[in-house]
Amino acid sequence: MEALSANIKEDLKPPRVNIGIIGWVRANLFNGVFNSILTIVMLFLLWKTIPPLLQWAFIDSTWLAGSASCRQSPEGACWSIISKNFRFIIFGFYPYELQWRPLVAMIILFSLLFYSRNRNNWKKSLGYAWITGLILMGILMKGGLLGLKSVETTQWGGLPLTLLLAVFGLTAAYPLGVVLALGRQSKMKGVKVLSILYIELIRGVPLISLLFMSSIIFPLFLPEGITINKILRAQVAIILFTAAYIAEVVRGGLQGMTQGQYEAAEALGLNYYLTLRLVILPQALKIVIPPTVSILISAFKDTSLVVIIALFDLLKTTQSVLSNPEWMGFSREAYMFIAILYFAGCFSMSNYSRKLERELSRG
Amino acid sequence: MNKLSKGKRGNQAIDDPIIEISNMHKWFGDFHVLKGIDLTVQKKERIVICGPSGSGKSTLIRCINRLEEHQKGKITVDNIELTNNVKNIEKIRTEVGMVFQNFNLFPHLTIIENLTLGPIWVRKTPKAKAEEDAMFYLKKVNIEEQAKKYPGQLSGGQQQRVAIARSLCMNPKVMLFDEPTSALDPEMIKEVLDVMIDLAHEGMTMIVVTHEMGFAKSVAHRVLFMDFGQIVETNTPEEFFTNPQNERTKLFLSQIL
Ligand SMILES: Nc1ncnc2c1ncn2[C@@H]1O[C@H](COP(=O)(O)OP(=O)(O)OP(=O)(O)O)[C@@H](O)[C@H]1O
Ligand SMILES: [Mg+2]
Repeated sequence: MEALSANIKEDLKPPRVNIGIIGWVRANLFNGVFNSILTIVMLFLLWKTIPPLLQWAFIDSTWLAGSASCRQSPEGACWSIISKNFRFIIFGFYPYELQWRPLVAMIILFSLLFYSRNRNNWKKSLGYAWITGLILMGILMKGGLLGLKSVETTQWGGLPLTLLLAVFGLTAAYPLGVVLALGRQSKMKGVKVLSILYIELIRGVPLISLLFMSSIIFPLFLPEGITINKILRAQVAIILFTAAYIAEVVRGGLQGMTQGQYEAAEALGLNYYLTLRLVILPQALKIVIPPTVSILISAFKDTSLVVIIALFDLLKTTQSVLSNPEWMGFSREAYMFIAILYFAGCFSMSNYSRKLERELSRG
Repeated sequence: MNKLSKGKRGNQAIDDPIIEISNMHKWFGDFHVLKGIDLTVQKKERIVICGPSGSGKSTLIRCINRLEEHQKGKITVDNIELTNNVKNIEKIRTEVGMVFQNFNLFPHLTIIENLTLGPIWVRKTPKAKAEEDAMFYLKKVNIEEQAKKYPGQLSGGQQQRVAIARSLCMNPKVMLFDEPTSALDPEMIKEVLDVMIDLAHEGMTMIVVTHEMGFAKSVAHRVLFMDFGQIVETNTPEEFFTNPQNERTKLFLSQIL
């Protein structure tokens, strides 16, 4: 008995592992023959590729001079294609002297997004800020009010268009997807069948064909003289498409909920709507954050498909610069630039989702 | 009824029914689970239901707050008949607390949020008042120091006590317990039973499905024995355990005691 209690008393410190750089390298890169070989091969490949890439991109490169000097030093990157055409790539055919307006609109958008990152700021006032911001952005882009010159939507293009399609597309698709997922689980037969039909039909077609339908086939059915804005049609196609995928992911989350959670909420007297809002959805949506974000990220990138219906989004403005004889042949640099912009968008989304997951996983 | 409860510790049942069930039937598909249940529960009465697995005990008490729907007969709770009227169902559910075998706490909410959810959203209690009440009930079940934790950080016994407190926060007129201790390790059963015994002594109307015969003996006014969807025997705990009338009751008691 005595020996036993003596044993219990001694709380041992966890054993110290030898860390430090050498320890880390040994533990992670050279722990075993196979891993050591792999590490050496990787180092060799990096040594072969990274220095030449840096040389091309930063040392031999042309940054601001015209295309002529680019062609004189073909061994380096020609970033001039970006710097010389910057405003066209970003703003497309938006009237040159009015391009401050989409710029201000984007600044408003980014400020709102940035401010909304912190969940502590999610209050009613933030909702009002968003509504005001959206109206302001609309006025800035469209004009025709407050003494701003009107700009046709056919002239919208570049980054503002991409952001418009993406931000509206994703924020509208998400709630629609949740509603569809709930519809698919509904006890009401009609609602259930309609939801299933919708989800399966949409998932059975590629986004490109939806975009074609919205831009070519759909107008055929409209009475003469009535036209619906092309951007709006593309926007609706993106929303409908993304929502179907989100619905299936959310359904997975809903299936993860036990019957007991519904029953406990109902036993407290919560009605169906409150049960969903306070008990079921917060848990179900949290479980499916990672797959949801994958869908949102791919939807963001898929907005570039609107090029096929001749909307001048970021990708299309870049392509038209490349079709200019003066800049032909510098597609590497141009596409790299676009890739960086898309990457920044996607990376911040996935980064944010991880932050959100961390915050929500307490408990 | 009054006679049955004479001499019991704690409050006596009053002759004033709060739950009335008459000739109630329930089917799951073609399977006849409850076959004509007649049961009247008086205010402040405490009833223990026992019986073999699959006999319909859970289904019976789940019909009382409409987690299951009965197909025939009549159930009245606090003078409101249970029909498809959603408003009535919600009303009855606010008056009837339920404690489940698996606790069913909301894992995404802290303990205090679990407790205040119903009062704030259903009873429309102001948040500060709801939290004050919640702390009162947490103290009552001896876990006020856990208020800010999440359910996953608590032991089973603590979680079940939280679940009881969560129901009490709604200020119910009746409490239903469906095998509240059978998912617990033996050393935690007592802490939950103690809370339930305290509750009994304060005069709560309780219907408890349990095989804890010690609990039945010390607080129940009546013990019901169910088998094959029927109430086979009803008796005082003293009579029930020492002098069971029905053959099936005898067999059951010989197996569990
Ligand atoms: N949702 C359901 N659908 C179909 N059958 C069910 C359902 N719920 C319960 N049953 C069946 O009804 C019968 C009664 O179940 P119930 O849960 O009421 O039994 P119980 O007396 O509580 O048993 P236990 O002691 O095991 O909890 C069982 O045979 C069970 O299989
Ligand atoms: Mg049961």
